[in-house]
Amino acid sequence: MIEQWIAANFSPELAKQVVELFVDLLNAFGETFLMVSISTLFAIVGGLPLGFLLHVTSRKLFWNNRLANVTGNFLVNVLRSIPFVILLVLLLPLTQWVLGTTIGPTAAAVPLSVAAIAFYARLVESSLCEVDPGVVEAAEAFGTSPLRIIATVLFPEALPGFLRGLTVTLISLIGYSAMAGIVGGGGIGDLAIRFGYYRYQTNVMVVTVVVLVVLVQLVQSLGDRLASRADKKDI
Amino acid sequence: MIQLENIRVDFAVRGQSVLAVDDVSLAIERGEVFGIVGASGAGKSTLLRVINLLERPTAGRVRVAGEDITDLRGGELRRARQKIGMIFQHFNLMQNRTVYDNAAYALRVAGKSKAEIARRVPEILRLVGLEDKAQAYPAQLSGGQKQRVGIARAVANHPEVLLCDEPTSALDLETSAAILDLLKEINARLGITIVLISHEMAVIKKICTRVAVMEGGHVVEQGEAYDIFATPQHPFTRQLVEHTLNLELPPHLVDDRQGTILKVLFLGDKAEEGVLSTASIRHGVAVNILHGKIEYIGHRAVGLLVVLLTDSPDAPAGLPFPLRLQAALSYIGSQASHVEVLHD
Ligand SMILES: Nc1ncnc2c1ncn2[C@@H]1O[C@H](COP(=O)(O)OP(=O)(O)OP(=O)(O)O)[C@@H](O)[C@H]1O
Ligand SMILES: [Mg+2]
Repeated sequence: MIEQWIAANFSPELAKQVVELFVDLLNAFGETFLMVSISTLFAIVGGLPLGFLLHVTSRKLFWNNRLANVTGNFLVNVLRSIPFVILLVLLLPLTQWVLGTTIGPTAAAVPLSVAAIAFYARLVESSLCEVDPGVVEAAEAFGTSPLRIIATVLFPEALPGFLRGLTVTLISLIGYSAMAGIVGGGGIGDLAIRFGYYRYQTNVMVVTVVVLVVLVQLVQSLGDRLASRADKKDI
Repeated sequence: MIQLENIRVDFAVRGQSVLAVDDVSLAIERGEVFGIVGASGAGKSTLLRVINLLERPTAGRVRVAGEDITDLRGGELRRARQKIGMIFQHFNLMQNRTVYDNAAYALRVAGKSKAEIARRVPEILRLVGLEDKAQAYPAQLSGGQKQRVGIARAVANHPEVLLCDEPTSALDLETSAAILDLLKEINARLGITIVLISHEMAVIKKICTRVAVMEGGHVVEQGEAYDIFATPQHPFTRQLVEHTLNLELPPHLVDDRQGTILKVLFLGDKAEEGVLSTASIRHGVAVNILHGKIEYIGHRAVGLLVVLLTDSPDAPAGLPFPLRLQAALSYIGSQASHVEVLHD
């Protein structure tokens, strides 16, 4: 329909191009969505517990364990300090071993997930540190068990921070996923580079950038809304 | 109700050991409101936190309700803590939970049934005067209201003891007074033993039956609130009381005086005016009241007057002023509870 409209008003040439771009864009979008979803899922199921581990191993009340704390922190710091492009390459053997291939969005999701876990764990830990120690102490004074304090005090009090952190993680992942595209992951970033950089189709690049900007805006405002709904500190 | 025996608490700060509480023994009776007063850093909070073992003493024994809890750990310690309520200077409420959920917290922890919680929470919110705020969040409350939620949470599970760490220090005077009244009411109505920390003698005076005064990790003086207030023995206690009474004189009154300035203390219901006017008539000295105050501790009064004794123009001829002054002083001394010459 749009194709016919463009063909009639401009040129059939342009119409064909637009349709092709649209299909490519949709495909790339789907791939990006897949990569980001998988790695976000891992950020939650892996990063959240790891963040809690970093926190509880540094607190006398819970499980003061220097070894676990130092190890966890070291791991997170190492993963966070390796530039993502390098991590991509370094983890190729892991990806090969886990999935049997290193091509495609699912394969790209492996290094993305590893980076996401480390990234989100750090944000989770810093949100937990911001929970008022007085509130934890109050719970302790009422005879609450450490596990219960984690579930009924730390988690709900830090939840807005977790949501904000998740938003930041998600946005970073969208950026990282563009890099993953370079090594065969596909997605929007890949599209931008293939058309915009290698084929000098600047308009494709512009369109993908616009799409990315819109996507990031959407994620950010959705995240903000969720976080502020969970946050009762200033209402 | 609470026995602390030879409690000592050391903290390790960067390799160095800090002695926060040094050999403190206290016996707190069932149903009383016991105050711990002292300057900042005296070790009050640390001592209070020893009672529910938030701070484990380096040495000494803690007994609550007849049970030695010093060596309890894990589940046993948690069950013992469920019988000890606590409120805090900064309230320490969960920000992301409603007033109802905050008040219900201790009950949930103690494993009470849903039905019991649904019955008890409104009751306890009514007691602290917040029944209409059940669904509000702490951020929507004033400081006084937050402390009321703290109190509701602390007494919901029928504790035998309520520990209060500077419960009114973050509140203005009026709100403070209301919170202290509420604590007093809780003590009287529910029979909960209260241990209250403050650095202000005024707070102690308002609700405590007995007081321990702490300085540098030691209890330097303890006794009935009335006695501590009326006849403080230790220099630090005196200073505290003096500060509360605030019987400062403007410097010009002291510098330009033509006589002797006395501080006269009357305890109970001695008629102070009578004593002074008798002294004036009998010994021919003029009595000028410069400052005065009557404080009530519980139902008993402490009267304090700062008076200037000068030569009276219509004194009987004969005895010189210094001798008459001497006689007047010894008469007042024999009648009043305590006399102190401030400026000769
Ligand atoms: N967790 C801790 N680690 C190290 N030192 C501590 C700790 N808690 C208290 N102290 C030290 O112990 C001493 C007593 O502190 P505490 O908090 O009991 O005083 P306080 O009388 O309650 O004072 P304030 O009126 O300021 O609350 C202080 O010297 C303080 O620095
Ligand atoms: Mg203190």
